[in-house]
Amino acid sequence: MTHVGYLIAGWGITLGAVGVYAASLVRRGRSLAKTVPPDRQRWMTADD
Amino acid sequence: MHEIAAIVRKDVRIELRSRVVITQVLPFAMIVLILFGLALDADRSTLRSFTPGLFWVTVLFASILAIQRSVSVETAASAFEALRLSGAAGWKVFVGKAVAVAAQLIAIETAMLGGVIVFYRSSVDEVVLLVTSALAATLAIAAAGSLYGVLAVGSGVRDTILPMLLLPILAPVLVAATRAFGDAMGATAVNGWSWCALLACFALLYGLVGGIAYGVVLEDA
Amino acid sequence: MTITNQSAPVSQGQPPADFSGTASPTTRWLGVAALIGVAVLLVFAFVLSEPDQRLDPDTNIVIGQFDAVRLLYVHVPVAILPYLAFSITALGGVMVLLKGSASATWWDITAAAAAEVGVLFAGLTLITGMIWGRPIWNTWWEWGDVRLMTSLMLFLVYLGYLAYRRAMPVAETRARRSAVVGIVGMINIPIVNRSVEWWENRTLHQKSTLTEMKIEDLTLLSLIIGFVVFGLIFVWLMVHRFRIGWLEHQAETVGLDAAIMQRRAQAMTGTGVDESVDHPGLTKGGDQ
Repeated sequence: MTHVGYLIAGWGITLGAVGVYAASLVRRGRSLAKTVPPDRQRWMTADD
Repeated sequence: MHEIAAIVRKDVRIELRSRVVITQVLPFAMIVLILFGLALDADRSTLRSFTPGLFWVTVLFASILAIQRSVSVETAASAFEALRLSGAAGWKVFVGKAVAVAAQLIAIETAMLGGVIVFYRSSVDEVVLLVTSALAATLAIAAAGSLYGVLAVGSGVRDTILPMLLLPILAPVLVAATRAFGDAMGATAVNGWSWCALLACFALLYGLVGGIAYGVVLEDA
Repeated sequence: MTITNQSAPVSQGQPPADFSGTASPTTRWLGVAALIGVAVLLVFAFVLSEPDQRLDPDTNIVIGQFDAVRLLYVHVPVAILPYLAFSITALGGVMVLLKGSASATWWDITAAAAAEVGVLFAGLTLITGMIWGRPIWNTWWEWGDVRLMTSLMLFLVYLGYLAYRRAMPVAETRARRSAVVGIVGMINIPIVNRSVEWWENRTLHQKSTLTEMKIEDLTLLSLIIGFVVFGLIFVWLMVHRFRIGWLEHQAETVGLDAAIMQRRAQAMTGTGVDESVDHPGLTKGGDQ
C-alpha cells in the first residue's frame, strides 16, 4: 500500500485525539458527579 | 443622527486633547513598518512587492490599540453606564464609536503611506483605487473592532482576548485589502476593483452585524 | 454537609438512579455502536475500497491519489462536523438571547459543549487535510485556497469563543456575551467563504468531493459509513460534554446554596462568617 505513513498519521491522530478527548470527558464527569447530589445530576430529573 | 455625531465629536475631541493615538499608536505603526524592513533585510523590489501585506498587517496591529483605546475611554469614566442610561439606541453608539475609530485609523494609514513610500520605496499607481479600498477596509476593521472591543470589556482579560477574537474575523479583510493595494501599487497583477468591492461588502456586513449586536452587549457592559 | 435530604423527594417506591458520572445506558449503547462502526469503517476504508488509480490516456502512466484517497474517508466526515457543531453553538446563542434565564441555561450549556467538540473536529479537519494534501498536492499548506483559509478561520474563531468563555465567571453575563461571539462567528464564515470564492477563482482545493469527483459506489458507501460513524461519535461526545456542563452548573449552584445557608445559619446564631472556610461556589467559576 502506498502512502502508509500518511495513512497511519491521519487515521491515528484522528482516532487517538477523539479517544483521548472521550476519556477526558468520562474522567471529568466522574469527578464532577461526586460534588453534585444524585437527583440534580441530570437536567431531565433536576428541579431547576 | 445627532446622537451619532455627538459621540463621534466626543471621541475625536478626547483624542485631540489626549493625543494618545497620535503620540502612541501612530509611532507604534511606524516602528512595526521599520521592524519589518529590518527583519526582512530585503532588496528594494522585495519590499515593494511585500508592501501591501506589511501595510495591512501593521494596520491590524494598530487597530487593536486604537480599539482598546476607544473602549477604555468609556470604561475609565464608567461612561458605558452613562451611554446606556442616555437612551441612545445601541446601533447609534456603535456607529459613533466605529466612525471615530475609523477616522483615527485613516490618520494613521495616511502617515503609514508616507512611511512605505519612503522606507519601502513603493509607489502608488492608482490613487482612487488605493483610497477607496483603504476607506472600505478601514470601515470594516473599525466596525468589527468596535463590536469585539465592547465584547472584550466585560471579560477579565480584556487586553489579551481582543486580538484573539478580532484578528481571525478580519483575516479576509486583510486578504482583500492586500490584493486591492497590490493592484493600486502595481505590485501584483490582480483586479483591484473587484477586491475593493468585496471590502465594501465586508464593511456593510460588519456594520450591520455590529449595529444589531452592539445594543445587546451594551446592556451587560 | 450534604444537601440531599433537603431537596425534592424521590418518587415513591423507586430507588434513586445511580449516576456515578456522565454515562448512562443510552450512551453506553451509543459508544458500543460507535466503536463497532469505527471497526467497520476501517475495514471499508482499508480493505474493501480500492485505491484511486487510473491510466492517463495521453502519457500511459498510472496516475491518481493511490492509497492516499483512504484518508478522505476520515477527512471528509470529520470536516463537516465543525459546521454542524458551530451551527448548534450559534443557535444556542440565539436562544440564550431570545429566551429568559429559565431555559437559557440549557441552551448556553449546549452551545458551549458544541463549541468544544466543534473545535476538536475543526482542528482534526485541518490536520487530516494537511496530511492528505501533502502527498496529493506536494505541499502542507496553500495560502491562496479559500477553503483552507475558512477552515483555519473557523478553528481560530471558536477557539477564541472558548477562551472568551473562560474569562467570565458570572454565568449570565458569560451566556449572553458568548452568545454574541458565537453568532457573529457563524454569520461571518459562510458569507466570507462564498464571497471570497466567488471573487477569486484560483483554488487548489478539490471541488466538493461529493459533487464533482468521480466516485464509485464502494467509495460512496465508505464515505456514507464514515458520516454515520463520526455522527455517532459526535453525538456521544456532545451528550457527555453537555452533561459535564450541566454538572458544573449544578456544582456552582450547590456551592452557592451551601454558602448562603451557612451564612443564614450564622446570621441567626449571631456568629461571624468564618473566613478560613473555603466557599466553592463563590470562587471564580470553572471552565465552561
